[in-house]
Amino acid sequence: MTAPSLLYFRDVAVQYGDRIVLEQVSLAVEQGAFVSVVGPSGAGKSTFLRLILGQEAPSRGVIHLEGEPLAAEPDRHRGVVFQRYSVFPHLSALDNVVFGLDCAGAPLTGRLRGPRRAAAAEEATALLARVGLSHALDLYPAQLSGGMQQRLAIAQALIMKPRILLLDEPFGALDPGVRKDMHGLITELWREHGLTIVMVTHDLKEAFTLGTRVLAFDKPRHFDDGGRAYGSTIVYDFPLDKGAPPVDPATLATLKDRLDPDQA
Amino acid sequence: MKRLLNIRPGAGGRFVLGAAPVLVALAAYAIASQAQHDANPAEKILPTFQAMARQAGVMALQVDPQTGTIPLWQDTAASLMRLGTGLAIATASSLLLGLALGLLPILRGTFGPFVAAVSVVPPIAILPILFITFGLGETAKVLLIVLGVAPVMIRDLAGFTAALPSEQIIKAQTLGASTWQVALRVALPQVMPRLIESLRLSLGPAFVFLISAEAIASDVGLGYRVFLVRRYLAMDIILPYVAWIALLAVLFDLVLSQISRRAYPWAHPAAGR
Repeated sequence: MTAPSLLYFRDVAVQYGDRIVLEQVSLAVEQGAFVSVVGPSGAGKSTFLRLILGQEAPSRGVIHLEGEPLAAEPDRHRGVVFQRYSVFPHLSALDNVVFGLDCAGAPLTGRLRGPRRAAAAEEATALLARVGLSHALDLYPAQLSGGMQQRLAIAQALIMKPRILLLDEPFGALDPGVRKDMHGLITELWREHGLTIVMVTHDLKEAFTLGTRVLAFDKPRHFDDGGRAYGSTIVYDFPLDKGAPPVDPATLATLKDRLDPDQA
Repeated sequence: MKRLLNIRPGAGGRFVLGAAPVLVALAAYAIASQAQHDANPAEKILPTFQAMARQAGVMALQVDPQTGTIPLWQDTAASLMRLGTGLAIATASSLLLGLALGLLPILRGTFGPFVAAVSVVPPIAILPILFITFGLGETAKVLLIVLGVAPVMIRDLAGFTAALPSEQIIKAQTLGASTWQVALRVALPQVMPRLIESLRLSLGPAFVFLISAEAIASDVGLGYRVFLVRRYLAMDIILPYVAWIALLAVLFDLVLSQISRRAYPWAHPAAGR
């Protein structure tokens, strides 16, 4: 038997009352993949992410992380960067990054002291320098621009060396120029740290630029019942690695049409 | 010509505008009380400023031969002791319960309705119960303040804690934080400025409960004195006392707001820059 996939979904469904959000989601994500998740609003992209995060439990099906059943609540093995509110407004940039080390090393006081604090601060400072925030160690998040806040959120998540990094429309609120810089940064960090990333985005171009694989969520069936009885699932799964077959332009056009009908 | 709602006074203008109503009220009082005094020097309802200053001097500087103490300071000390104890208990319990109720759904389900029910009971209506149960001593007075302000503060803080962005709470957990660490490092520091704000808003009601309790059963205190001298229509004592109470309240409010600005600069971004 080969090593289990890093992340494994088998026939997962999420249902609230009689409303089915996701169904028949089966998937295996390999170590080192950069998976982009796209789909129209309400197609269950965020639910999919919350499932991996452990913020929500599947109504049916099985989810494994590294061959083990997924813990039913968020933990340090799954890092996350949200579009907003990802950093703590009452902590300086440095303290935001040290936070994870504080929690690991000081269960009771939640705050490292002495030489251990110095070591943690050194590690955090290096990481902050790597994401381009060495000038902002003592600033509060409110004093940082949107792009800098997301850099901080990424550094904060990376210090815990998560097995999988989840990004929930992380660059959605940023200006185009800043977004481009962030694309460069996340790609570099992904390579340097050998990360496995799952990123939800509504930007198809971003999905294909960054990902080694693009998953498209949508309702596969017609809406004759108002879409209630059927949930979304993975309707397209494009591998983008070297040697993968090229994406069929017609399929791509269909997808584009579903994602933003206004611009098609 | 600009619209009225777009005309903003400068710093000096604001000071003049703010001081104007106070000065007008003082001047109007001075004229009215002088006219009354000229018509009838024994008039007690509108004492002149001189009369009030004289009485204030007596209360604040002269030892009362019956008690051997200076009334204003003795009253102030007794009242502030009650107020301080009551507010300290209310603040500590609202911080603890507010955090717990806001963070833990189990506790919110258990105690939320209870706190909500308690907070709609008019505290003054409980005062007889307190006097019957705890006697006429300090306990009942302090408890009235606690029961009067704590439920509102608890609900405010629990609501504020529960309204912290869920992204922050999730993020903390993905960084390995336990429930205790989330409470200590994420919720507590962010709740502190709100606690101070809540305490500032509670100062007014707390004074109301203090003075009510003192008026009904006490032998010392600001409220006791005001209601005692009411029997002699001693407006020349009542008005300086009321002014003194107002001054104390304003002072506490200022101190609390300064503490919040100093200790939690991130919560006051406009002032920090």
